Amino acid sequence: MSTSAISVERARPKGGARTFLSRLKSGDEIAFLVTLACAVSILLVTSLLVFELFQNSALSRHKFGWAFLFTKTWDPVAGNFGALPYIYGTLVTSGLALLIGVPLGVGAAIFLAELAPPRISDALTFLIELLAAVPSVIFGLLGIFVMIPILRSAEPGIRAVFGFTPFFQGPFYGQSLLAAGVVVSIMIIPFIVSISREVLLAVPQDQREAALALGATKWESTWDIVVPFAKKGILGSIFLSLARALGETMAVTMVVGNDPKINTSLFAPGYSIAAVIANEFSEATDDLHVSALIEMGLVLFALTIIINAVARIMILTTTQKGSS
Amino acid sequence: MKRVIGFVLPLALLAVGASGETLINAAGATFPYPMYSKWFDEFHKKYPDVQINYQSIGSGGGIKQVTEGTVDFGAADVPMTPELMKTFTEKRKCNILHFPTVMGADVLSYNVPGVTQELNFTPEAIAGIFLGKITKWNDPALTQANPGVKLTGNPIVVIHRAEASGTTYIFVDFLSKISKEWETKVGRAASVQWPVGLGSKGNEGVAGQIKQTPYSIGYIELIYAVQNNMSYGKVKNPAGVFVKASLAGVSAAAAGAIKEIPDDFRVSITNAPGKDSYPISSFTWLLVPDKIADPTKKKAITELLKWVLSDGQNMTEVLSYARLPKAVVAKEQKAISKIQ
Repeated sequence: MSTSAISVERARPKGGARTFLSRLKSGDEIAFLVTLACAVSILLVTSLLVFELFQNSALSRHKFGWAFLFTKTWDPVAGNFGALPYIYGTLVTSGLALLIGVPLGVGAAIFLAELAPPRISDALTFLIELLAAVPSVIFGLLGIFVMIPILRSAEPGIRAVFGFTPFFQGPFYGQSLLAAGVVVSIMIIPFIVSISREVLLAVPQDQREAALALGATKWESTWDIVVPFAKKGILGSIFLSLARALGETMAVTMVVGNDPKINTSLFAPGYSIAAVIANEFSEATDDLHVSALIEMGLVLFALTIIINAVARIMILTTTQKGSS
Repeated sequence: MKRVIGFVLPLALLAVGASGETLINAAGATFPYPMYSKWFDEFHKKYPDVQINYQSIGSGGGIKQVTEGTVDFGAADVPMTPELMKTFTEKRKCNILHFPTVMGADVLSYNVPGVTQELNFTPEAIAGIFLGKITKWNDPALTQANPGVKLTGNPIVVIHRAEASGTTYIFVDFLSKISKEWETKVGRAASVQWPVGLGSKGNEGVAGQIKQTPYSIGYIELIYAVQNNMSYGKVKNPAGVFVKASLAGVSAAAAGAIKEIPDDFRVSITNAPGKDSYPISSFTWLLVPDKIADPTKKKAITELLKWVLSDGQNMTEVLSYARLPKAVVAKEQKAISKIQ
């Protein structure tokens, strides 16, 4: 019924109002308008968000200018605010989380999609996806009471192996950039695994069969054919999880040490943008302080956009290379 | 959740308004919340036509909301600054009054393996530790105050609150009074730029971190320490006596500072004179506008204040809050008449 309506409409493109009516009747126009409204509303919310952040951070933007991004002081008493230690902390914890989470997550996804028997794969995937539903405060508590004691006992070992690098120097109190990175990595793994697995499963069976027919082993077909085919989707899952890592608040603030200093050592405490906003916003009475915290939100937003843009460019260039 | 409450409240107000009940909205400090919720509940039992809704959103939020006029009165652990009071007067065309309700204190909790005795802390030692100048447990400033205690040369791990809080304000207010260097370098506010240390969220976060980290020290609220049976040290007061924090010691601090209490009650009672006063104590305040247009609301709020200062004070100690000294109560009762 509906297909005939469309063909009629296409056959008579000039009959403006009547075709609109008929299209409305067949549901096309309604679907178009409804989905358009959905898409526009998301855009609207995003731009409203940016506008509000921009508007309300005016006081701080005018006072500190671009220097806000490059100064290290955060002194609510004197009214001096700089975002650098927070940007650093956010990037380091997220970077560390990816460093740990990506190999584990992609590895697990390859196993689940390609190598594991289907029944085990389904059961394990279900368990991993359950991880994604755990509230972040639970990860934070587990971080404090389970992971930090483990890290503390593992510290001499870590120091013995990596102690020569500048990244594992100085005293270790538990709460640290390292602890935050590990907790966040556990939180992002479910995203990487579940999306990457879907992408790998979507690789056409012909690809595998062709590789095997040419004499490739199972692993060769997986690693040289299937994984490159799914590369774009896997990268997508990594960037989605990076966005999650950048914005993670509760678990990070519970284990990062909340000390706004820039230390190369991962044993040292740090601070993140999302954490400082959560910690200070409710009690900030001074207008400048509030404005500076809102500008932090803007910085985090910009950081996410920049990283996403870079990610997209990376995906574009690598896929072009792959196809040529 | 809060948004939902904020949305439902006006509706509830309409509903009960019709039945002749007076609904009063208040918001602010989290520290006195258990006390306030008990008080407001008891007050409602006594005056069934008055219902008080208190949202514990933090001192900063309380000050903001009362300034915007979205609540009938606010509550804060930190007195409003002259600038904030000026903003209030400009916006609301009246003045804000501070009414102390109960008192609290901060204690120094620590985890030093091998030490079972209660440690003594001089103000100099506390300032030194939190400024990052005293870095080892066997520093002379600590060993001299603790004869007979075996303190080793392990580095001190300082733990403070990560989020802005009234507990922090009391502590840094004390440090600002006893150390010029602290006052100029760090200053007093609900959140400050800490020279050293790790930040943890909430009293429970600081307490948990102290328990987990050997050789650490941090400050927590007295009530939290009492309710969780945590050990804490004695602090030397201006009279030269090492005092262990207690409700009596906190009330003594307010009594000791009574001469200096101004008519607007915006005063800190840290480091107060008197041999029994515990030096890291503070009031918490209700913030009430001095002009309340609605006569029924005005009556309800003044009655509430009178009740809090009389019968209400008898309920404080059950919940581990320190009651106001009589002299302060008498002074406040006079101040209630300023509400017009």
